[in-house]
Amino acid sequence: MALLQISEPGMSTAPHQHRLAVGIDLGTTNSLVATVRNGISVVLNDENGSALLPSVVRYAADGSVTVGEAAQAMQSEDAANTIVSVKRFMGRGLADIGEVSRLPYRFVDTPAADHKPGQGAGMVQLRTVAGVKSPVEVSAEILKVLRRRAEAALGGELVGAVITVPAYFDDAQRQATKDAARLAGLNVLRLLNEPTAAAIAYGLDNAAEGVYAVYDLGGGTFDISILRLSRGVFEVLAANGDSALGGDDFDQRIHCWLLEKNHLSALSPQDTRLLLTHARAAKEQLTEHGETHITAVLSNGEVIDNVLTRSEFQAMSQNLVQRTLQPLRRALRDAKLGVADIKGVVMVGGATRMPQVQHAIGEFFGQEPLTNLDPDKVVALGAAIQANLLAGNRGGDEWLLLDVIPLSLGIETMGGLAEKIIPRNSTIPTARAQEFTTFKDGQTAMSIHVVQGERELVSDCRSLAKFELRGIPAMVAGAARIRVTFQVDADGLLNVSAREMGCGIEAAITVKPSYGLSDTEITRMLQESTQHAQDDMQARALREQQAEAEQLLEAVQHALELDGGLLDQAGREKIEARMVALRDTLQLADHLAIKRAATALNEATVSFAQARMDKSVASVLAGKNISDLEVKP
Amino acid sequence: MQLASFDFQQNHFQLFGLAQSYRIDMPRLEQQYRALQALVHPDKSAHLPDAEQRVAMQRATLVNEAYRTLRSPIRRARYLLSLHGVDIQEENNTVMPQDFLMAQMEWREAVVEAQQARDATALGQLETRMEHETRELEAQLAVKIDAEKDYAAAAGLVRKLRFMEKLAEEIHAAYDAMDT
Repeated sequence: MALLQISEPGMSTAPHQHRLAVGIDLGTTNSLVATVRNGISVVLNDENGSALLPSVVRYAADGSVTVGEAAQAMQSEDAANTIVSVKRFMGRGLADIGEVSRLPYRFVDTPAADHKPGQGAGMVQLRTVAGVKSPVEVSAEILKVLRRRAEAALGGELVGAVITVPAYFDDAQRQATKDAARLAGLNVLRLLNEPTAAAIAYGLDNAAEGVYAVYDLGGGTFDISILRLSRGVFEVLAANGDSALGGDDFDQRIHCWLLEKNHLSALSPQDTRLLLTHARAAKEQLTEHGETHITAVLSNGEVIDNVLTRSEFQAMSQNLVQRTLQPLRRALRDAKLGVADIKGVVMVGGATRMPQVQHAIGEFFGQEPLTNLDPDKVVALGAAIQANLLAGNRGGDEWLLLDVIPLSLGIETMGGLAEKIIPRNSTIPTARAQEFTTFKDGQTAMSIHVVQGERELVSDCRSLAKFELRGIPAMVAGAARIRVTFQVDADGLLNVSAREMGCGIEAAITVKPSYGLSDTEITRMLQESTQHAQDDMQARALREQQAEAEQLLEAVQHALELDGGLLDQAGREKIEARMVALRDTLQLADHLAIKRAATALNEATVSFAQARMDKSVASVLAGKNISDLEVKP
Repeated sequence: MQLASFDFQQNHFQLFGLAQSYRIDMPRLEQQYRALQALVHPDKSAHLPDAEQRVAMQRATLVNEAYRTLRSPIRRARYLLSLHGVDIQEENNTVMPQDFLMAQMEWREAVVEAQQARDATALGQLETRMEHETRELEAQLAVKIDAEKDYAAAAGLVRKLRFMEKLAEEIHAAYDAMDT
């Protein structure tokens, strides 16, 4: 209900109960869940006191699924069925995954062209003993564990969650993440960019003002965001990065070094995973120590025993660190800023603990990076703060977040060239419309290929979707005018709609996502995963609907008291009648009936809500109370 | 105040409560932009029914688009001229003064040379000169639109600025290319 939110400045909103919302950092290596308790953002631990849930999922032959440390413990023994770093496969085709031969999985390629129902089109799949799994399903298993952890800790159902994604994630990767959350039964309040989440946690904590850079080197992704923080506004000026570069790559370097040192080739999946695990441990050791011993016994009994020094490690990984500087320079150029304009550099992600990373970044910016935050937790903490805001729990001290789309959106034109429609670093939500015409007499259909990326050739960009426009009225070539609108929402997700301008016919659109799951697939997966929990679902739905209906009634009542004068007699009567109808259904144990009545009431209040919002907007335009309306940190 | 003040039909200047002119009060634009977004941004209605989230998205999209248009000198000029019903003919009027075109060609050659020599200093100098030139054109634009109301001359200046904009894009691309 907008009615709650838009009360006049200085007036308190209606009292209502705290709505349970969480922030989830769905990481390549580890995942976390956090929430705001008593005004403070805290990470929720599991029953053993661990905050970090290893992002590892193991499928057993009997169909059972283990997630986290238990799965991680089996990663060498059962490498093919134990999926680590699944985030690297989200929204990705087989061709995108460079290190396929070095990974212990049985990949199933599903090119968009021969996409069958039940498989994510284009997105790579993994064959396990429990069947073929999409990265979306694997990620959903991680999210389910975090959801249960949160519900147990908070003692109630969640209203929703903010899920973080790398700022440099493209549309396919974002959509895959949102699908995974839906599959895990989470209501996604927002997809939030990881560096932005970190900036919220840092900025609010330190009352920071000025331009900051957030350098986020995670397990599998790298982001750089430049933000301007001023008077409670977090404005992202530019984002850049590399969604296939992270701490994992440093492990790979050590892994390759081990292979070379020991003259090894063509290891089994088990041995590959074993050495990667040791490589990661060695990397972490070298943060504190000058050298580390790597000892392991391969499955054939061969013993690996090597000493790796920090300087050797730094030499072999130097170009990885250098690779992060290029996106950094681009982000600064896009923001039209120089190094001297940056007031502070916030370091995020476990991989920023490596001394060579801190050194290189300190040197680049000419200042010591800020490392007083826990680089593993700051994203989840920021996401929780934002989730609390989005759930409607805060009053008064709100802030505004203006984020951007990281990669340009375009369409394919003649000769396989990409024409940019929405340039990168456009503030979201944003929309652009483009007119197309027919090039043949009597043409009634056309296809539009949407791509994302900065390169000139379509083949160098990411294919997002192919749209078929049908039902164009037959006319001479060039006479039809089809207006296609590209809308990017606040999650950074693209929606496309089309209309024939001449006769106003809404052209039908068939969406073929190049790398995604269709709505029917998501629905099917949801049904499968919840079949046995059907009764729980019913009970849960009922409780949720009852709580929501009560909140809605309270909010409408409050709004009527404040601004009832904006309504005419008929409008008021309609709303009041539907309030009575909703109250009546609350007695019934039928969540669908409650939902119908709540929807009816909502519909009746839409224009009222708009009128109230207009009233607030009007007071801004009148120039009065500007200072009252401004958000403050 | 009228309730219908968030009218999708009102022009970008009206949206921010600004006078309709080329020279605008930038700090006020920014202040009004933030105040409006603080009301209409989808984050404010994330917990509300879909219909209201859609309204919020449309309004926030419009506010972003209006801000993007007014903040940029060339986009602001284009928009103002379109409000005055002037066709700038950016795509089809390619008749430009000879000396301007010659200068443009020289600029471009210099950019390509700097890129090939991987000479960031030279590129930086070009960028500074290009920006200076752009500011010059924008100053003329202010006179033509606000003082003289000579929209035909202003349209010519916008076409020149389009060349400068493309040049800026090429310099940007050259920096990127030198990075890889």
